[in-house]
Amino acid sequence: MTSPSSGEAVAKPPSSGLGRLLDQRVLLSIAVLAVLPWLLPSQALAVNVLIYGVVVMGYNLLFGYTGLLSFGQAAFFGAGAYFTGIAIGRYGVPWFAAVPIAVLLSTGLAAAIGIVSTRTRGIYFSMVTLALAQLVYYVALQASSFTGGENGLRGFTVDRISLFGLPVNFLDPVNKYYVLMAFAALAMWFQSRILNSPFGAVIEAIRENEQRARACGYDVERSKLIVFMLSGAISSLGGCMLALHLSIVPLDILHYQTSGMIVMMVLLGGARSFFGPFVGAAAFLILEDVISVWTPHWQLFVGAIFVLFVLFLPKGIWGTLLDTLGVGKARP
Amino acid sequence: MSGELLRAEGIGKHFGGFVALEGITVSFAAGQLTSIIGPNGAGKSTFFNILSGALTPTSGKLHFRGRVLNGLPQHRFVHQGISRSYQITNIFPDLSVHENVRVAAQALTVSYDIWRNRARLTELNARADAALDAVGLLGRRAELAKFLSHGQQRALEIAIALVSEPELLLLDEPTAGMGPEETKDMVALLERLAEKRTVLLVEHKMKMVLGLSKRVVVLHHGRLLADGAPDEIRSNPEVRRVYLGQSEGYG
Repeated sequence: MTSPSSGEAVAKPPSSGLGRLLDQRVLLSIAVLAVLPWLLPSQALAVNVLIYGVVVMGYNLLFGYTGLLSFGQAAFFGAGAYFTGIAIGRYGVPWFAAVPIAVLLSTGLAAAIGIVSTRTRGIYFSMVTLALAQLVYYVALQASSFTGGENGLRGFTVDRISLFGLPVNFLDPVNKYYVLMAFAALAMWFQSRILNSPFGAVIEAIRENEQRARACGYDVERSKLIVFMLSGAISSLGGCMLALHLSIVPLDILHYQTSGMIVMMVLLGGARSFFGPFVGAAAFLILEDVISVWTPHWQLFVGAIFVLFVLFLPKGIWGTLLDTLGVGKARP
Repeated sequence: MSGELLRAEGIGKHFGGFVALEGITVSFAAGQLTSIIGPNGAGKSTFFNILSGALTPTSGKLHFRGRVLNGLPQHRFVHQGISRSYQITNIFPDLSVHENVRVAAQALTVSYDIWRNRARLTELNARADAALDAVGLLGRRAELAKFLSHGQQRALEIAIALVSEPELLLLDEPTAGMGPEETKDMVALLERLAEKRTVLLVEHKMKMVLGLSKRVVVLHHGRLLADGAPDEIRSNPEVRRVYLGQSEGYG
């Protein structure tokens, strides 16, 4: 091992050619997502991978990189979707403005939930996030004049959109996929930026050793709150994408089962890896698709597969693959 | 010796009914190595935790460079110039050796920046490497910290504390669990550190403490028992009674 004294390329360990290629993780991820509709059995599945991939990626920032196991991420997924739908359907906001508004409002919700939950640790944090997310669920259920209650939110169909003056038929699945992919690309770029930033180093230090991070001079509570909000913001963008895609928002999106599914997806794909969330979302949705064709009890089988993963592949599909290829440290 | 750096004034700490520290008044001058010794349960660790902000004292005042530190949250202590290492190795196991120190250096300048690329903060990288060099770990910089030997992890722990360029360095048993060879290296390192900055040391190994320190403070049952040069401490009958006599076996 040589000992370079300048700062060049020192933040990362020396990498192989493959490792260097994988450093371009955003571009590579976009390239894979661009051909996804042709790799998967159906377009609908590809769109769902895109949407859940973004939601789980945001969650990975909290769980994988900061080490905070939240059971309430559905609150932000749902908030993004509901706020988008309400802004378009009730207030006539154009779709491209509804998305940033929904993300901002959801980030505010994340701040409120984060202020309470990040004061607790370990299992208490998990339980507080679960409880507060269920509170959001019941608010959506009760405020039916706004949210449609049990029936979900309807009446905000986005069919034709105009991209830089160009009319695009949004009902065409291919067009829809690529418009939504632009949002996913934006989210990936943002997440990659956070991970490479000084703050990205702080959250990893907190995950590794909270007490030491504090002794080093970091305000751990404030850092946790910030990452909670960033995570909520990214996951809520997935919600916005879902609302644009479905033109309805089902109430179930806010249920704790959705939060559980998000946790399963990140573990299947590989927490602490950049592309793992998309792999996890794809694996989960494909399993659901395939197994639910021949048995209504598909959850039983997905659950069993999940347990096998936790026992034998704790780094998930993508994390294990990266380790096998010897590029685990680059964590693309 | 330039003036007073840290002064503890009647520091006391109670845990419920248990009195861990009572009426500790002691002052430390800048630029020397002082050891704090005492039998198990004497209150050394509690005192250290108060000096580094991990605990708030029940009574008394803590002055550092003329400023009262009482009420300051722990994470602000490093920013004041007080940095510490821990008795039980306390590092970032799954980060590289370099990143362990780099992230500690970063705490003083940027915490919440989510925009810039941290690899471009080259000054921090250079400072981290300098601190690693000072403790002899530069050659292992790319490895994960958890793969270092125990002695190397202890040295890394010191590099983490050192990189903030603290005016006061608090070291809690830096040779805990070390063999004779590793201890020798650590003593040499401590001597080098003490040349440049104020070091407070909690240590069990008596011979080492008496050889290394300019001054020794003895705690017993949460109170200040003795305070003086190593020779005075060695010949102090009270100290011999409570501490030296019984510890010769493992000193």
